[in-house]
Amino acid sequence: MAINPKKHEMPTQEPAVRAHNFDEVALGYNEEIAIAEAQRCLNCKNAPCVNGCPVNIDIPNFISHIKDGDFEGAYNVISLSSSLPAVCGRVCPQENQCESKCTLGIKFEPVGIGRLERFVADWHNNNSKEQPVKPQSNGHKVAVVGSGPSGLTCAGDLAKKGYEVTVFEALHTAGGVLVYGIPEFRLPKSIVAKEVDTLKQLGVNIQTNVVIGKTLTIDELFESGFEAVFIGSGAGLPNFMGIPGESLKGVYSANEFLTRSNLMKSYLQNPDTPIMKGGKVAVVGGGNVAMDAARTALRLGAEQVYIVYRRSMDELPARKEEVEHAKEEGIIFKLLCNPTEILGYNNPDNPRDEKNGFVTGMKCIKMELGEPDEKGRRRPVPVENSEFTIDVDTVIISIGTSPNPLIKNTTDGLEVNCRGGIIVTEDGLTTRDGVYAGGDAVTGAATVISAMGAGKTAAKAIDEYLSK
Amino acid sequence: MYKIVSKKILNTAVTQMEIYAPLVANKALPGQFIILRVDENGERIPLTVAGVNKEKGTVKIIFQIVGATTNKLNQKIAGEFIKDFVGPLGEPTHIDEFKKVCIIGGGVGCAIAMPIAEALHNQGAEVTSIIGFRNKDLIILEDEFKSCSDSLHIMTDDGSYGTQGNVCAPLIDMLKNGEQFDMIITIGPLIMMKFVVEAARPYGTPVTVSMNPIMIDGTGMCGGCRLTLNIDGKRVTKFACVDGPDFDGYQVDFDEAMSRGRMYAEFERHAYEDSCNLFRKA
Repeated sequence: MAINPKKHEMPTQEPAVRAHNFDEVALGYNEEIAIAEAQRCLNCKNAPCVNGCPVNIDIPNFISHIKDGDFEGAYNVISLSSSLPAVCGRVCPQENQCESKCTLGIKFEPVGIGRLERFVADWHNNNSKEQPVKPQSNGHKVAVVGSGPSGLTCAGDLAKKGYEVTVFEALHTAGGVLVYGIPEFRLPKSIVAKEVDTLKQLGVNIQTNVVIGKTLTIDELFESGFEAVFIGSGAGLPNFMGIPGESLKGVYSANEFLTRSNLMKSYLQNPDTPIMKGGKVAVVGGGNVAMDAARTALRLGAEQVYIVYRRSMDELPARKEEVEHAKEEGIIFKLLCNPTEILGYNNPDNPRDEKNGFVTGMKCIKMELGEPDEKGRRRPVPVENSEFTIDVDTVIISIGTSPNPLIKNTTDGLEVNCRGGIIVTEDGLTTRDGVYAGGDAVTGAATVISAMGAGKTAAKAIDEYLSK
Repeated sequence: MYKIVSKKILNTAVTQMEIYAPLVANKALPGQFIILRVDENGERIPLTVAGVNKEKGTVKIIFQIVGATTNKLNQKIAGEFIKDFVGPLGEPTHIDEFKKVCIIGGGVGCAIAMPIAEALHNQGAEVTSIIGFRNKDLIILEDEFKSCSDSLHIMTDDGSYGTQGNVCAPLIDMLKNGEQFDMIITIGPLIMMKFVVEAARPYGTPVTVSMNPIMIDGTGMCGGCRLTLNIDGKRVTKFACVDGPDFDGYQVDFDEAMSRGRMYAEFERHAYEDSCNLFRKA
């Protein structure tokens, strides 16, 4: 049988429809499509895809279970390496990971590994009757700081081994970036809630509204009987550009804009938490968060949404599927272009004019790609005398985030690098005995799957440490 | 869920509550704040801690009913619960080395100024308090201020109680007469704090101001509370939630802060009217 050169298409909501709702964009494979896509896998002996996966899921093995229609078997294979397949199947940048190594990809489109992972996880969530059971306690207490991907994973792995785990979350809802950052249309909140519920059934105690570094310190956790601590507090501190006009009304960090919409549910009718809706919106940056912010603005009713990015399409760091989806929905990409100033309304005759201080436009300069930088990416350089202005009412800055210093500042002996990332060994051990860390708090903003992997590594190390 | 242990109406627009939150009560110091959510899907609002009782595990909050959320909170009675209560956030007010301090509170800001005055009094500092209100009916915490101040000036806009005028008048008099303060600590409306700074400027007396901008998480995550400081000719962005809420009054760009504070003015007006109508019907 000849191999289909193309991946089976992902069924999606029509762009014109989904641009006005917050329902999930990608609808997922059904059993038939999943089996057909699985049959494209060559089941290579050396399985290069596995090396492309940050947590080395046995990809050909789970795919062969799909071929046989044994979806639960496929789920069990993934579960050996990943705790959050329904999440990672949706948000991993597969084109830079597993799928980039797929042998089929040399000649054709690679196997849709991410889509298959998502299918398997959703199938399990919809069909499995298995209830997680709280294991016999081993009497050891572990604290996990943060309930994002790394914290949830570390907590789950330890709970399964019988540890009494308490997760401390600063916000009022567990899930971290999966809840405040990634929008509903890309990752339904019910999926995150299910992961959290599973942890609770495993006996994990989740304490929201506790800011470690403020409400309690790491030292106080040890004093109150925890024998080890995992820090998975993420990279929550938004970076700004440092250009004039960033404090005007209508300028948001992507974190603020997305938190208002996702966590505070500003997208609902008559929300309690306000957000600027409609008008023209510019999102500065080219990562997944920028795509999320742009598409959220569109769904909130913006007339026009621009992505303003200083490099070209080839360097755009966002997941390919999200860029495609954003384009289909009508997001306008202004590439090789960098903001130099945000402009605001100012009525010189009336200092009390209600419109004073609101954004009216953004001045940008054209860029061209010069010599490669230390990472090999060509450095964008401004083109002289190429400044122009775009009319916008809202500007969303999405140029990255840094680790939050609250814990470092209140924990003696916890060392961080020059970018604020907590310094750890391969096992996730920090410079403090019994304190482990992983995810964005260590690496700076990265992916869900690498955070999940770090949570797993640390759970294993904590188990070894406390079993001594 | 966090229990409302007691509720006391201080005046028609200002209410005091004690909330059972032992972890917060155990840590909170004068000048720090908490964030609360009244109910599911509710807004997160910051309120400065007005006192704690470590033994009872309670945190005192005093709030003015200015918008939909404070209106909703004010409908709750003792024994009921609020959904979320997190803190203490921000840095405490620095009071350690001061021997002689002038505390200036405006309106509901006095609720935050009072525990700071009390802490200074307890460490033996000489405390001069100036508290200002629109009129007699809106005065709060008079007795509390009396018991921790070496001298107390009460000002009202309309002269219905104390002395007519704003809080700057007695300050300017004292400074003119050669009074020396180690620090002026002021908490209240932005415009009042701006004028206090201007009043003190000719004398070079240091001024600490307490900022209360719009914020969401209170942990440095959203950047919504950012404000600009002028430090040695450079404009520097700070987050009020983690770098503050207290700042050197001479450095704060008040005009920008006032402008940012009105970002959602229209939304808030509608939400407040809706919430009033809702409770009127109910």
